[in-house]
Amino acid sequence: MSLPEPSSSGRFGEFGGRYVPETLVPACQELEAAFREAWADQSFRDELDGLLADYAGRPSPITECHRLSAELGVRVLLKREDLNHTGSHKINNVLGQALLAKRMGKTRLVAETGAGQHGVASATAAALMGMECKVFMGEVDMERQALNVFRMRLLGAEVVPAMSGSRTLKDAVNEAMRDWVATVENTHYCLGSVMGPHPYPWMVREFHTVIGKESREQCAKLLDNEIPDVVTACVGGGSNAIGIFSGFADTTAELVGVEPAGGAAVGRGVPGVVHGMKSYLMQDEFGQVQEAHSISAGLDYPGVGPEHSHLSSIGRARYEQVTDDEVIAAFQLLSRTEGIIPALEPAHALAWISRDRAKLAGKTVLLNMSGRGDKDVGQMMEILG
Amino acid sequence: MSPTLAEEGLTIPDAPSEPGEFERSLRATRESGRKLLVAYVTGGLHDEWPDVVRAVADAGADAIEIGIPFSDPVMDGPVIQEASELALRDGASPVTVLDTLRTIDAGVPLAVMTYYNLAFHMGHERFASLMYEAGVRAAILPDLPLEEVGPWATAADPAGIETVMLAAPTAPDDRLPRVVARSRGFVYAVGLLGVTGERDALAESSLVIARRLKAITDKPVLVGVGVSNGQQAAEVSQVADGCVIGSALMRRVVEGEGPAGAGAFIAEVRAALDAS
Ligand SMILES: Cc1ncc(COP(=O)(O)O)c(C=O)c1O
Repeated sequence: MSLPEPSSSGRFGEFGGRYVPETLVPACQELEAAFREAWADQSFRDELDGLLADYAGRPSPITECHRLSAELGVRVLLKREDLNHTGSHKINNVLGQALLAKRMGKTRLVAETGAGQHGVASATAAALMGMECKVFMGEVDMERQALNVFRMRLLGAEVVPAMSGSRTLKDAVNEAMRDWVATVENTHYCLGSVMGPHPYPWMVREFHTVIGKESREQCAKLLDNEIPDVVTACVGGGSNAIGIFSGFADTTAELVGVEPAGGAAVGRGVPGVVHGMKSYLMQDEFGQVQEAHSISAGLDYPGVGPEHSHLSSIGRARYEQVTDDEVIAAFQLLSRTEGIIPALEPAHALAWISRDRAKLAGKTVLLNMSGRGDKDVGQMMEILG
Repeated sequence: MSPTLAEEGLTIPDAPSEPGEFERSLRATRESGRKLLVAYVTGGLHDEWPDVVRAVADAGADAIEIGIPFSDPVMDGPVIQEASELALRDGASPVTVLDTLRTIDAGVPLAVMTYYNLAFHMGHERFASLMYEAGVRAAILPDLPLEEVGPWATAADPAGIETVMLAAPTAPDDRLPRVVARSRGFVYAVGLLGVTGERDALAESSLVIARRLKAITDKPVLVGVGVSNGQQAAEVSQVADGCVIGSALMRRVVEGEGPAGAGAFIAEVRAALDAS
């Protein structure tokens, strides 16, 4: 029921690969071998499952949204990744990578972060496992997600502003890669989404398949015909989306990723190569990477994980775009109707359901509620006054 | 079943057995007993950049790497990042840089150093032939490692563009010979673990990688990344055939020292190399 492994060169169809400086090639090869070996080792799986249960609080429930469904005329179910420890799906991947890094003898994690959720999760895992942690975050994002910056520091991580380019997620990735080039001997790059060079898009997906597996089982119990009509999630790099898609790839469920209009790599990009991968990428006429613009720091990224490019090109998933204003409305809608304040990222998926509710009328839609809104209330307070 | 590299169109062609023009020039210079000095200049940075290229050539660089600025230069430290950003803000593009390059008669071989997406986006054949028409004979694409170089090299080799491969300190012994075999023009020995930028002292790793490479190839071996002044250039060239100087030169240009300052600095490095 899962998605297939990439090819030996790390490709999903024509997308993916390993476009990294020569210095990092051996590290990527070692990581691939170590992950392959660990993932086949039941004791590694058991240890990770133990952490996911006892530390992160898995399984996460599915919540049926009665009042929201009545208002939209669409039956909406939420996969509650917002209830995980640290407040988002990011912890699934980070616990896996941190365990793997330890197994590989690395003592230090370096990470990039957009909204700060992956940075907080990385800092958390580093604290738990007694590792050093350095997080790069765009200067712009440090301002709009100040609370998460404080959290990371509280957890013992060093947070370093990325000052180049757009000073958002894209530039934080550049800085993290530059750090890794210099520290590769003792450091693991704890990448936060299904992007980057092989094996990251595959490995990070595997760590998030737990979302899809649980959802599939939960839906089987909850729904008369066992499978929702539509499975939807927001897409930045695409990790929470691929995690939930993985549970339904072999079903009749329609898979819909939702991108911000200002950072729609699949919707508005063309194939390109950056951050170690070939994928859809927003770029100018010469191939310079364009800056994304989104209200949500976690989705403010001009690229997308290569497997999403592949799923789009073969037509297995489709990708919609929503505007910042639609997201703000959805953020309020869920808070008011269900008592759940969503993160701005998954509010994108809800914004799409809300906009397309006429087409979705009577259908059952499973939405990956990838994170909670605590980190965003400051920003929303300013916007809503 | 996972498709083979050939099925994925990723076959890496063998490098042509005969050295190209760029490499022949460096070999000839080496045979004359001179240590090789390659200077890196960011294309499109201020209107004066053609004069910087000429000044650096006149001051004794044996070849020049022209950087075509890219929005996301992951192998570069703060100085070249800033130079790239400034050039992009001034409107630099692969087309403007290569167009201008046609008008510069530097009198030394030219290489382009940029990131792969610019070649991929334009199309390999077109990018390679535009470079050739602009007088460029070699290309350095630091985010295109051996495993990914096939499709590009397949277009670049017949177009007369020699693709320089980077050899890093992290490469195990069984990898280096494969990197070297695919490298044309010269072998770019990455001097340290890290991105481009000046360092106070020459990294021990630059001597180690130079020694490892010299032991397995007679292609010119040049150390780049972290070589910051004449003394370091001379030191590393005791083992290597020469070096690449980038950030130390571009810092002076970014700080406004102009073609004269750039030329004076390269003359200083040249003198240190010649005296060693
Ligand atoms: C709650 C939440 N959802 C989604 C994302 C986007 O990441 P991805 O597309 O990898 O799921 C983020 C990133 O910061 C996030 O914090």
